[in-house]
Amino acid sequence: MQMSGAQMVCEAIIAEGVKTVFGYPGGAIMHVYDEIYKQEGFEHILNRHEQAAVHAADGYARATGEVGVAMVTSGPGFTNAVTGLATAYMDSIPMVVISGQVPLALIGTDGFQEIDAVGISRPCTKHNFLVRSLEELPRLLKEAFYIARSGRPGPVLIDIPKDITVDIGEFVYPDSVDIPTYKPTYKGNKRQIEKAVEAMKKAKKPLLYIGGGTILSNASDLVRELADKTQIPAVETLMARGVLGAKNPLLLGMLGMHGNYASNMAMSETDLVISLGARFDDRVTGKLSEFAKYADIIHVDIDAANIGKLVDVDYPIVGDITEVLEAMLPLLDGIDTDRFQAWREILKRYDELHPQSYVDSDEVIKPQWAIERIGELVGENAIITSDVGQHQMWAAQHYPFDRPRQWINSGGLGTMGFGFPAAIGAKKAFPDKTVINVTGDGSILMNMQELVTAAEYKIPVINLILNNHFLGMVRQWQTFFYEKRYSETDLTFQPNWKALAEACGGIGYDVTTKEEFDAAIKDAIAQDKVCFMNVAVNRFEDVLPMVPSGGALFNMMLPQKGEK
Amino acid sequence: MENSMNKRRVISVIVLNESSVLARVTSLFAARGYNIASLTVAPIPDSEMSHITIETNGSPKVMEQITKQLHKLIPVYKVIEHEEMVEKEMVLVKFPITEHLSDIGALCAAYNGGIANVGKEMIIAMVADDPKRTQHFIEAAQRYNPFEIVRGGVVAIER
Repeated sequence: MQMSGAQMVCEAIIAEGVKTVFGYPGGAIMHVYDEIYKQEGFEHILNRHEQAAVHAADGYARATGEVGVAMVTSGPGFTNAVTGLATAYMDSIPMVVISGQVPLALIGTDGFQEIDAVGISRPCTKHNFLVRSLEELPRLLKEAFYIARSGRPGPVLIDIPKDITVDIGEFVYPDSVDIPTYKPTYKGNKRQIEKAVEAMKKAKKPLLYIGGGTILSNASDLVRELADKTQIPAVETLMARGVLGAKNPLLLGMLGMHGNYASNMAMSETDLVISLGARFDDRVTGKLSEFAKYADIIHVDIDAANIGKLVDVDYPIVGDITEVLEAMLPLLDGIDTDRFQAWREILKRYDELHPQSYVDSDEVIKPQWAIERIGELVGENAIITSDVGQHQMWAAQHYPFDRPRQWINSGGLGTMGFGFPAAIGAKKAFPDKTVINVTGDGSILMNMQELVTAAEYKIPVINLILNNHFLGMVRQWQTFFYEKRYSETDLTFQPNWKALAEACGGIGYDVTTKEEFDAAIKDAIAQDKVCFMNVAVNRFEDVLPMVPSGGALFNMMLPQKGEK
Repeated sequence: MENSMNKRRVISVIVLNESSVLARVTSLFAARGYNIASLTVAPIPDSEMSHITIETNGSPKVMEQITKQLHKLIPVYKVIEHEEMVEKEMVLVKFPITEHLSDIGALCAAYNGGIANVGKEMIIAMVADDPKRTQHFIEAAQRYNPFEIVRGGVVAIER
């Protein structure tokens, strides 16, 4: 069928089953937007900043597991999108970003709104393309979606010069993709899996180390089955919260810099780490030479480059977690689960010794209380997104996550401003779920223009602002490591949050007591409108436990013992 | 001891011959802090592929990472990294015509080369030999006051 390049872009998006595209128009992408106007195959959401559009597509992808799609124009449109690409790249999120580019003849001439998009995005995309002819456009669109979702997922940029979107040509969307140089490994090596199983059977203190890859692979049910069958205790990374479910008795909690005592001690004392889709990030390992010092390591990862990158691995298994676990589980029939009983008891004792706790207050709302409270009020039915900082860690520590894809946050890049647009994306995907962005008074301002987007499209996400009038995480480090010199972290000067939300078509709540908190949450859910919930919390609350940067995982600063 | 850890290595990378593929390879080295000592690239005859030869150095662990990271690039077909490579490096040297031409000719012959060009003011010698021997040639050539030396970078082929 004959059509323009712009039509091809729309047809490809429809053919890929995409229902929602997030974006922002501009000169170089205008022909595509003209076709968007004419078509009915997908909805377009006009975010109010390109960064937010990409985060929204990212949130959509994380909530659904489908490829998220964002569209931006050339030059500043593209450069604004870069943080979004990098955020998705670091967390391996499948996404296709389509950017306009100046016409082919203008490329290299420093034309208006020209920037080398493929050059800039090379280190923060899984792959990128500058389309050079209309003939290759259908194939490259197909490849972009395929590359984004296959293997270790990631964002793909497709940069399309304006004249190619105007040109008319034959459109046949390919049924399949054949890239001779790109063949991801899904099946784990059988021999290696057998060896790993033998090691699991022989271990005395094994530990499941569960990473975000288990979610990307949709392997949560299999991971739960593995834990259940072997009765091996487990820790989750920040990216894996919800995989086992908060109620799972084998789950010790989150490990790492702000992991709980039992989790970090388990990692320090285990004799066999079974790493599933985790990548030994520095925020998890602390001092590498002390990390899992007494353990052999089984490392299952679809990305061979992750294996042996930071720690030496005894049982490397390159493959998709789902396929590897499907092969592994039958081999574990009859595993002696009593063997690990002593180990489980030690860990239980550790947890009793230093549970994840905080000292609650009747005077002021504690941020941890606020997180636990929304867990009680909306629990399973909610999707929780977050920005980056103290509130993110409190949410990860204290929210009772029950299922994968319930917790959406920027773990790898740590992008402030991610949470609100990501919540918009998640809410578009799941309109029936309550979507709460747990944020801080610092982060929320980084994409606050999305109030307008959410109000216009009636996307009622709740922004729970844990307001301590500080850039709290930096303030915490300044308290601990910089002799309380609070350099540029005091946010005493604040907007009128309620008025700000209302000015943009949302609603606002100022909350200072627990009663107000409950009432505001209930009202916000009933109102069905985007909101800012400004919750005044204890100013100097710290995120604990904490392993100081570069320290050994077992050297934790612990919280005061509280009743919780 | 650091020497044996940070050993010189030659990696061959077979890539799809498409635009910006070389930039992908070199920016990977830059971004991850790996060193490139020399680099050659040319299309493989009668194929859609190109052959990139990279001379680098690093510990076995770093080499393993380089190899794996290169593999991750979508247009990379194959990465060959081992010690059994036949390596050659070419060099062109421009000497003043006033130097002892027969000496230079003999020197080139000893290193598997010869005189490539003779002009009014200068002669150009060409040598292609094992990288170590090419280095020796360059050192020996110093006494004939070369104007200019252009090394070609290492090319290698699996044995």
